[in-house]
Amino acid sequence: MRAQRPDWVLAVAAVALCGLGAVLVWSATEPRLLDAGQDPLTYLKRQLVNIAVGVAVMVALSATSHRVLRAYTPWAYLAAVLSLAAVLTPLGRTVNGAQAWLGLGPLQVQPSEPAKLALVLALATVLAERHDGERRPRWTQVGLALALSAPPAALIMLQPDMGTLLILAAVVLGALFAAGVALRWLLALSGSAVAAGAAAWFLGLLQPHQVSRLIAFAEPGADPLGAGYTAKEALVTVGSGGAFGRGLFNGDQTAGRFVPEQHTDFVFTVAGEELGFLGSALIVVLLAVVLWRGLRVAGRTGSFGCVAAAAVVCWLALQTFVNIGMALGLAPVIGVPLPFVSYGGSATVAALAAIGVLQSIHRGHPPKGH
Amino acid sequence: MRSRLLVLHVLIASLLLIPLIRLWDVQVRHGDDYARAAAEDHVRQVVVPQVRGGILDDRGRPLVRNRTRLAVTVDHVALTRRRDGGRAVLDRLAGVLGVPAARLAEQVRLCTAGVRPPCWPGSPYQPIPVAGEVSTRAALQIAERPELFPGVSADPVPVRDHPRGELAAHTLGYVAPSGGGDPASGIGLSGQEGLEARYDADLSGRPGRREVVVDTTGQVVRTLSETPPVAGHDLVTSIDAEVQEVAERALRRAVEGARDRRLPADAGAAVVMDVRTGRVVALAAHPGYDPDVWSGGISGDAYRELRGRLQPKAIQGQWAPGSTWKITSAAAAVKAGYALDGIYGCPGSFQVGARSFRNFRGIPLGSMPLSRALTASCDTIFYRFAYEMWLKDGGTKPVKRPRDPMQKMAAAFGFGKRTGIDLPGEAAGRLPTRAWKRSFWAQTRKQSCKEAKRARSAYVRAIAKENCVDGHRWWAGDAANFSIGQGDVLVTPLQLARAYAALANGGKLFTPRVGKAVVRADGSVVRRIKPKVAGRLPVPKKVLAYIRKALAEVPRSGTAAGAFAGFPLDRLAVAGKTGTAEAYGKKDTSWFASFAPAGKPRYAVVVVVSQGGTGASTAAPAVREIWSGMYGLEGGKAALR
Repeated sequence: MRAQRPDWVLAVAAVALCGLGAVLVWSATEPRLLDAGQDPLTYLKRQLVNIAVGVAVMVALSATSHRVLRAYTPWAYLAAVLSLAAVLTPLGRTVNGAQAWLGLGPLQVQPSEPAKLALVLALATVLAERHDGERRPRWTQVGLALALSAPPAALIMLQPDMGTLLILAAVVLGALFAAGVALRWLLALSGSAVAAGAAAWFLGLLQPHQVSRLIAFAEPGADPLGAGYTAKEALVTVGSGGAFGRGLFNGDQTAGRFVPEQHTDFVFTVAGEELGFLGSALIVVLLAVVLWRGLRVAGRTGSFGCVAAAAVVCWLALQTFVNIGMALGLAPVIGVPLPFVSYGGSATVAALAAIGVLQSIHRGHPPKGH
Repeated sequence: MRSRLLVLHVLIASLLLIPLIRLWDVQVRHGDDYARAAAEDHVRQVVVPQVRGGILDDRGRPLVRNRTRLAVTVDHVALTRRRDGGRAVLDRLAGVLGVPAARLAEQVRLCTAGVRPPCWPGSPYQPIPVAGEVSTRAALQIAERPELFPGVSADPVPVRDHPRGELAAHTLGYVAPSGGGDPASGIGLSGQEGLEARYDADLSGRPGRREVVVDTTGQVVRTLSETPPVAGHDLVTSIDAEVQEVAERALRRAVEGARDRRLPADAGAAVVMDVRTGRVVALAAHPGYDPDVWSGGISGDAYRELRGRLQPKAIQGQWAPGSTWKITSAAAAVKAGYALDGIYGCPGSFQVGARSFRNFRGIPLGSMPLSRALTASCDTIFYRFAYEMWLKDGGTKPVKRPRDPMQKMAAAFGFGKRTGIDLPGEAAGRLPTRAWKRSFWAQTRKQSCKEAKRARSAYVRAIAKENCVDGHRWWAGDAANFSIGQGDVLVTPLQLARAYAALANGGKLFTPRVGKAVVRADGSVVRRIKPKVAGRLPVPKKVLAYIRKALAEVPRSGTAAGAFAGFPLDRLAVAGKTGTAEAYGKKDTSWFASFAPAGKPRYAVVVVVSQGGTGASTAAPAVREIWSGMYGLEGGKAALR
């Protein structure tokens, strides 16, 4: 079987988002770096390195047959779980109330990001197995899939990182849905997930800052100087951009650092203020292109590819919605990066690697009728 | 499988469409609202303080200028927000500044109803100055530990500087921080007294405004727009700093000398006026004060002590003029028909109705011309004039339109009303007339009638009874007292100086001026200030010349001969008149009013010392010292150019 050419539309959209993101990161970090007397290009340079590494990984994965990927999946899964466990040991580092980072010399790695991709591959491997004439996975397969999801989910809950946990849940549900698991099972699973969430709320398992962020989302005016401050400032900053924006590097709200974490979780507010509706909508459209091409890949391949591609799309879609929603007051501030755009090595490399996986699947399965 | 992918398509399309719609709503439909909200976040109005103009003397020497001090201010709002009302912060601050904490607490409380000074009269949103000048070390102590001193800051602030210390403090006045309650206008300085108040509009200038973009910590990122401040204009005055110094020194020595002679000498004033222009050359008051006490808040005790020193005695002090008044009475008598070259008797006492009015110390001086009556200061001649005029007006049954020549002449000399000098708070003095006596009686009748029954002393009872029943009538005694500047007559030193200046310059009564010109920083003139002629004396030149000639004899052979003994009158012919005014329950008020050179007068000099004894013993020597200093006659350099 002849390998297909890569999906150039998908690749170009993803890299374009990365490039746009790097410029926004530059604009968001330049004033504070100048203030601190540091090189104003520090974050831009680092993000460009992140992107270069991510593109290299993407290209390497694209060139790899998805059968090889399947073969390495158990190892990837094992590495993910072990690194998530290591985060909780004294090797881990705490940022913003969550112990989510692993320090490897000068490198800071967030293992939960590659873990998303590892879980995608593990679930696809488990759920794609088909016996003759079967259209749906057996319950043993579903059970195994859930059993494989449990350790990373538990470890991430211990960090605690509710945002990543939510994405993980989307990945699991997306994979089960795409694999053809009966709807009533999915409903039961969703129901128990909601029940678990409610239990966590009422049993007081959530951290105080998480509770206050959720309350601030439900009632934005309740505490404008506290938890609601970030949400309010983010919305004001996006809105002040108007239709055409203030121009790159010209955002007074951005330069004045009114929105915290503006180069990572709130990078969308930089686009909102400086590029206006035109630039913000462009980001949404580029993300839509990535997701659309992902679903296209899912629709043209066999079982493994379909499950894996659908899970990747669910992951990126929910992360996109929550991240932009945070800036627009549509979602609580739970801290997930905007795929390809936000600053951060682990997230950028993981997202580009996911594109590489999609390319690998795409190339291994020529469209029917060829 | 196909159908499930379709579901995913729809799901993901909606996950992206919802933010897109919201984005449109926020950025395109309500973008302007959010842009305004953002501007509220990051745009601030800042007031750029302007430079207040200086006050210069006649020769361009600075009397008031600006300099910068490290001042400690306290934010009232931040302080009261503390749980203990800021007590702990004030205690710590008191330690750094080395002042009692209670004093600081007084300084930072607001002047609301029922709170007496010291207190903060400005807006609670303005920083309140608590220490006008602190060492760099103390300022650093405060600035480096903001957590220990919340709401306290040490900043450079513009303050008024008085290079000559206490010199002319009353005339210059002082400034106070002002904001008018508008936080946007920031701290300005507004004149409170003296020239600072009168010429505030010229001196103050206009603050600038700057619109800046700040970051979330309040640091300025960049400037959006800027209106530069407009500096205030300078005020050039006719005060001559050297003459002022001479006058203040002479006044101080006169007061000290009187105190050495066991007199209270509780206050005094000196005026030097240019008789040809009506400009004020020096205006001194005793006691003085240091104008720098105002910059940086003032303690309660210091304020109470200071209050007695603040009055500009030269324009607000009022005393009976005594014999200095006789120039008006003499002019009135000549106008009423008494011969200028007549010979009049000066007995030891003169019978006015039922009462006998005595000469000074009851000494008879024989017959003399009118000039000698002034030189030797005979009282009985003027009693006679007054009594005869009173009788002509009908005596106890006054005619319908009494002529009252002496009252009219005194009014023409400018007494009984404000001179209109360019200084705030001037007193009008008192010119007792028939009308005044009637209204005064109406006001005081109740009190007099009460005292007529209750007073312990028979004398007080008798006077009170007279005032109760007949107080509205103009008695012969009133007319007699008036003629020698006693009784109810009150004048300010400035009024007397102006009257003598009018006598000296041939009859022009000026509205005196201290300000000479308002000039820009580059020296160009904004406007000139010229004293107006308020009136002309209704006295023939010949009569004025006669009186001037008579007064020129006073330091030679008259009542001031002792005070001017040894003075080189041949180099500077000083003409003048002593005054020794009785004050009920107090020691005599000592006056000397003068002008020189007698032949071609240029300046008028008046000195008064309250409870200072006779005019010849206290005020006259002070005036001699001023003339000496101005012209450099008895050693020392001439203060005048």
